[in-house]
Amino acid sequence: MRKANFLREQVDKLKPYVENNKLLHTVFDGFDTFLFAPSETTESRTHIKDGIDLKRTMVYVVLAMVLCALHGVFNVGHQHYNSLGLYPNLTDGILWKALYGILQFIPAFVVVHLVGLGIEFIFAARKGHPIEEGFLVSGFLIPLIMPPDLPLWMLAVSVAFAVIIAKEAFGGTGMNILNIALTARVFVFFAHPTFMSGDECWVSQDYNLLHTLAGVKAHTLGMLGLDSVPFEGGWKSLIVDGFTGATPLGLAAKGGWESVMQHYTVKDMILGFIPGSVGEMNKIVIIIGALFLALSKIASWRIMVGMILGTIVMGLLINLIGGQYQDNLFLQVPWYYHLIMGSFLFSMAFMATDPVTGAQTDAGKWIYGFLIGFCGIIIRVLNPAYPEGWMLAILLLNVFAPLIDHVIVNRNIKRRLARVRQS
Amino acid sequence: MSNTFKLKKGFDIKLIGTPEHKYVENFKSSTFAVKPPNYIGIKPIPKLTVAIGDEVIAGDQIFFDKSNPDMAFCSPVSGEVVEIRRGAKRAITEVVILADDEIKFKNFGAEHPDRISEESIVAKMLQSGCWPLIRQRPFNIIADPTIKPRDIFISCFDTNPLAPDLEFTLRDDIEYFQTGIDVLDKLTEGNVYLGLNGKLQRSIFSGVKKAKLNSFTGPHPAGNVGVQIHHINPINKGDIVWTVHPYDVVAIGRLFQKGIYDTSRMFTIGGPPVDYPANFKSYLGTGINYALENNLKTDNVRVIGGSPLSGEQLASGEHLGAFDYQISVLEEGDFSELFGWILPSYSRPSISPTLPAVELTSKVPFVKKVEAFNANTNTHGEKRAFVMSGQYEKVLPMDILPVQLLKAILSNDFDLMEGLGIYELVEEDLALCEFVCTSKFDVQDTLREGLNIVREQG
Repeated sequence: MRKANFLREQVDKLKPYVENNKLLHTVFDGFDTFLFAPSETTESRTHIKDGIDLKRTMVYVVLAMVLCALHGVFNVGHQHYNSLGLYPNLTDGILWKALYGILQFIPAFVVVHLVGLGIEFIFAARKGHPIEEGFLVSGFLIPLIMPPDLPLWMLAVSVAFAVIIAKEAFGGTGMNILNIALTARVFVFFAHPTFMSGDECWVSQDYNLLHTLAGVKAHTLGMLGLDSVPFEGGWKSLIVDGFTGATPLGLAAKGGWESVMQHYTVKDMILGFIPGSVGEMNKIVIIIGALFLALSKIASWRIMVGMILGTIVMGLLINLIGGQYQDNLFLQVPWYYHLIMGSFLFSMAFMATDPVTGAQTDAGKWIYGFLIGFCGIIIRVLNPAYPEGWMLAILLLNVFAPLIDHVIVNRNIKRRLARVRQS
Repeated sequence: MSNTFKLKKGFDIKLIGTPEHKYVENFKSSTFAVKPPNYIGIKPIPKLTVAIGDEVIAGDQIFFDKSNPDMAFCSPVSGEVVEIRRGAKRAITEVVILADDEIKFKNFGAEHPDRISEESIVAKMLQSGCWPLIRQRPFNIIADPTIKPRDIFISCFDTNPLAPDLEFTLRDDIEYFQTGIDVLDKLTEGNVYLGLNGKLQRSIFSGVKKAKLNSFTGPHPAGNVGVQIHHINPINKGDIVWTVHPYDVVAIGRLFQKGIYDTSRMFTIGGPPVDYPANFKSYLGTGINYALENNLKTDNVRVIGGSPLSGEQLASGEHLGAFDYQISVLEEGDFSELFGWILPSYSRPSISPTLPAVELTSKVPFVKKVEAFNANTNTHGEKRAFVMSGQYEKVLPMDILPVQLLKAILSNDFDLMEGLGIYELVEEDLALCEFVCTSKFDVQDTLREGLNIVREQG
């Protein structure tokens, strides 16, 4: 451990070559700190430091999401084959479903990281500070919250927008007000709404070059007994009759709980082999991830519990008044089902708990989480244009988080002043 | 009468090499130093009353500050002034005295504090060198002799890693301690408060009179006097309180009982690279070389005067500060680690459950238990902006919002600094916050900058 080992010596040999060029130096620095924990010693009043640092923290968040990603990748394949009427059972054609899903996911993952990290490298080089790890988590999150077939150029533009406008313009890691992954998603939502809403976008139906190369396309055509894809309508015209691709939320918005129950059981919704965004469907693995983060004290349990409470309260309120408004059947969905529908759990575990954009005082975190839950249900149930509310609710509360902290800070100041008046 | 405060927030850092109650007879330092930078508020170049080559005895004046010529800073030992060390801009950093084998003391006259007036008490302490041992909050400057403080606070136990156990080191000096308390009681209209270690059934301080006793339990920083002040009677804007270390209370007691400036006390030397961590007796401002000689397992170490959390790095030949009671030695961590940020790696102290620690390994079966750490000086990460929130609050048992306060200091917002309680804090209270910070922020230095700004505003 203490010997200057071979790898360390090789990396050190490269140092003189990158001194002059700022961009090269930044890239080298990023590469060096990726391979090695730095050898700097403390120069401040405290001579020992805690072993945790930002890189380790970010890595743990990514670890918590790995199971979600694995499920999501498989589910993309499963939903795709289901829509074509092939491999209806979960265990049929596992290899093909996994292969399809991975080949769908990898381009998105690579594009997000190339664009995001590339922009961060450029900004870090220009400003002269080391590359910061903030994008490790956002880069993993973004592919998981998008619909599976989103065109790669849209993904790239939204990531560029999010990183430049929502992050670097404010000063980089630790300075942003809005959640980066959600900003990327909201950009696509407002710029290309048809790709993010409705019933058709949640089941993957496109074959890309990787699929063709791996033989997946040929295999599928073979299973369907066709030589080629019908020209008009592409793969969409191969969808079997009766397959809607509707998510539980979409069904609830139109026809209430009865409509949901016609297509899915509660167990389906919890196990998550249903259409939806890539990583958000399997509630069990999300709960595992959330517990992992809360127990390792990386994410704030106060925000998570506050969000659950806010959702329950608003869900109850809406159920109470729901009977009077028969034209909106969503109002009558029982409050406890809101917790397992849509991206509630994923947003709670990975989006709302973002430490930079959330409230930063302990008391403020309760209020922040509660209001997210509260507003999220309002947007979900009462907004006719879009059946899911967490993206918008979290971004709204991101903007209000400094105000919540300000209130807590003022309470602290007033407590102190009250002591002066007493004495 | 006596309250027990159960503090929950904080973190005990258990390091290998604690001295416990081991005692070494023959550590004798040849040199001692008086260090002007220890005393916040005096000018960097005080007026010297001695020159190199002068012979002094313990209690003789070495220098004074222009703004208060009555307050003498005195030599802790008798001997010859051998060196005046200077730092940046010719500021005096150490006045070094080569000590005699037998220490001779100047006689200031033994008088019981109850029999003399308050003015005489103050005058005696000012001329004997005892006065600068009393510090004043806010700002932790030398106590102002012209102002009566609201209260005086003394913490009777030290929860810093590797710190001396005062129950052991002061067990023979309680009589002097009581006299010191008698003196301090006369200097304030309010109370003298003692903070006792609540984990002990019996304490040597339990029988002290003329003081209000309170007990504190909990992890570090329960032993910090600032934390205790916050719970007993917090500092408000406009309040002046004094703090004194028990060793200095004993020195004050000796001044009045024996008439001499006798700062002998037990220091500790400890830390993972130390062969024989122990307690040893010496005077204020003791040198460090003799305690390190042949006592280290490796050469690549850092020697710290004071606690590893808030002490000052010392070079060979330097001396402990006036308010340092321990020599802490740590291995330097100047090596890289392959994928150090993701692999479990070697054990190191952390409040995060993501790293193996005492609490975690004691609960999980089949895992090798970690009792104490060989902590080194590696920063374990680079400096970043504030990202994680809620960490500082976990180790600060006070009703203060530390991150918001630091941001107020960074943005020079005086009203917010005052409103958030900067008057109550001193660097050592936030030392644990600096330890746990994921972003490796310089908390204590920033706090000192804020305190200096507010103090200059008046």
